[in-house]
Amino acid sequence: MEQTLNITDIASAVHSNATSLDTVWVLIAATLVMFMQPGFAMVEAGFTRSKNTANILMKNLMDFSVGSLAFWLVGFSLMFGSDIGSFIGKPNLFFTADYGNSIPDMAILFFQTVFAATAATIVSGAVAERTKFSTYLIFSVVITLFIYPVSGHWVWGGGWLSELGFHDFAGSTVVHSVGAWLGLVGAIMVGPRIGKYNGKSKAIPGHNLTFGALGVFILWFGWFGFNPGSQLAAAGSDNTHAISLIFITTNLAAAAGSLASMLVSWGRYKFPSLSLTLNGALAGLVAITAGCDTVTPGGAVIIGAVAGVILVFGVEFIDQKLRIDDPVGAVSVHGLGGAAGTLMVGLFSTNGGLFYGGGAHLLGVQALGVLAVMAWAMGTGFILFKILKSTIGLRVSRRIEEEGLDIYEHGESAYN
Amino acid sequence: MKKIEAIIRKTKFDEVKEALNEVGIDFFSYWDVRGIGQARQERVYRGVVYDTSSIERTKLSIIVRDKNVDKTVKAILDTARTGEIGDGKIFVVDIQQSYRIRTGESGDEALFIKGLEE
Repeated sequence: MEQTLNITDIASAVHSNATSLDTVWVLIAATLVMFMQPGFAMVEAGFTRSKNTANILMKNLMDFSVGSLAFWLVGFSLMFGSDIGSFIGKPNLFFTADYGNSIPDMAILFFQTVFAATAATIVSGAVAERTKFSTYLIFSVVITLFIYPVSGHWVWGGGWLSELGFHDFAGSTVVHSVGAWLGLVGAIMVGPRIGKYNGKSKAIPGHNLTFGALGVFILWFGWFGFNPGSQLAAAGSDNTHAISLIFITTNLAAAAGSLASMLVSWGRYKFPSLSLTLNGALAGLVAITAGCDTVTPGGAVIIGAVAGVILVFGVEFIDQKLRIDDPVGAVSVHGLGGAAGTLMVGLFSTNGGLFYGGGAHLLGVQALGVLAVMAWAMGTGFILFKILKSTIGLRVSRRIEEEGLDIYEHGESAYN
Repeated sequence: MKKIEAIIRKTKFDEVKEALNEVGIDFFSYWDVRGIGQARQERVYRGVVYDTSSIERTKLSIIVRDKNVDKTVKAILDTARTGEIGDGKIFVVDIQQSYRIRTGESGDEALFIKGLEE
């Protein structure tokens, strides 16, 4: 039998392999991002008290579970469905529509699901140790079902912010800031932990910084899926160079962030603080997420360092001046870090940044995006918490909070 | 019979145990305790200075015959001392009666092994 190979066949095979390469990369990256869930779980468990550990782990486990379901159910379509008024995507139940991606839609669904779940899980840290479990569950559903997809649509789904040229490559604003501002509203409306603000702010040390450190390392590791994965392609020299740059900008920003936080805490509090340095690494990672593809390695170092400095002052300001109780520093890491990183794209982007001769236009768009998403997250968060407050309540009772949420909310202790 | 309760630094435990062995005191209980006292331990957690106020120590409970009280106390005093505030305390308490559970013996015989007498 004769087999003739013509150019079309070869081209088609090459293209098919390229698509496979892209798909495999996206799925591997998404799996790394999924692994950030235990990272968050360990950070939050480590930075809170042992009597509440089973509760915080449940919240982390379930926000990923219900988030995955809600995002598949309709959340994805609201984010990536065909555009309605530059505001929202066309809703579609059970992911039956065709989204026209070059790699399988299911791969994109999984990739976007783990990103949505990242936004949802940030909230649990900010409201830890005093929030009702059922309230938190409902909140997680609404975030992944609606709040996150809408602002996500504005930036990644073809909505109005993307039309203006807003640049958030992997989600400093779309993912991290959304989670942080929702957490901020939550922390304010739930109120501080009992005994936190008796006159001065009282230190409530985390029960196990070993878990905290493990969590941060896992998050750092998972970020190598979060950022480079957002390229959504791996085939071809352009993509491989892009991804490789992103690995470097990501890692350098984390390193610079942890170093900066360490130095600031050393100078300001006389000790290089483990917990603040851990937060600093995360702040650097959150900050670089917006521009990891368009800044230079040097720019990444500066972005990470700035985020690390802001982190320490932010934690102090939010805790001691604003008297908002955020046990894990989620608002500082993901909110301030996310906003700072997004803004700094307007300065350091090699494609239109202020320092590269692009003028102030990109900076302005970045600022607009930061503020718009902040307003959206805080507004919808406020409404949602208000409704929950007047129906099932936000907070556990005093006795439960004092004795620990594990026994009373779950009938189990993390430690026996 | 007397009970000697000693609250000592955790770091001094091994030395004290050795010293007690050397004077023939081989049986006692001990556990980790926390206390309130003068020793201050300032810590900083995420920018907030706080005083742990809760001082970790090891407590020993040694039941001895009256004739062994002095050498036991001396052994502890000599080895547990550092000269800094927070070295600890020793209390001597009367014991009314003691029993060995395995054999039912009571009184002084319950406190030592016959034949290994010192």
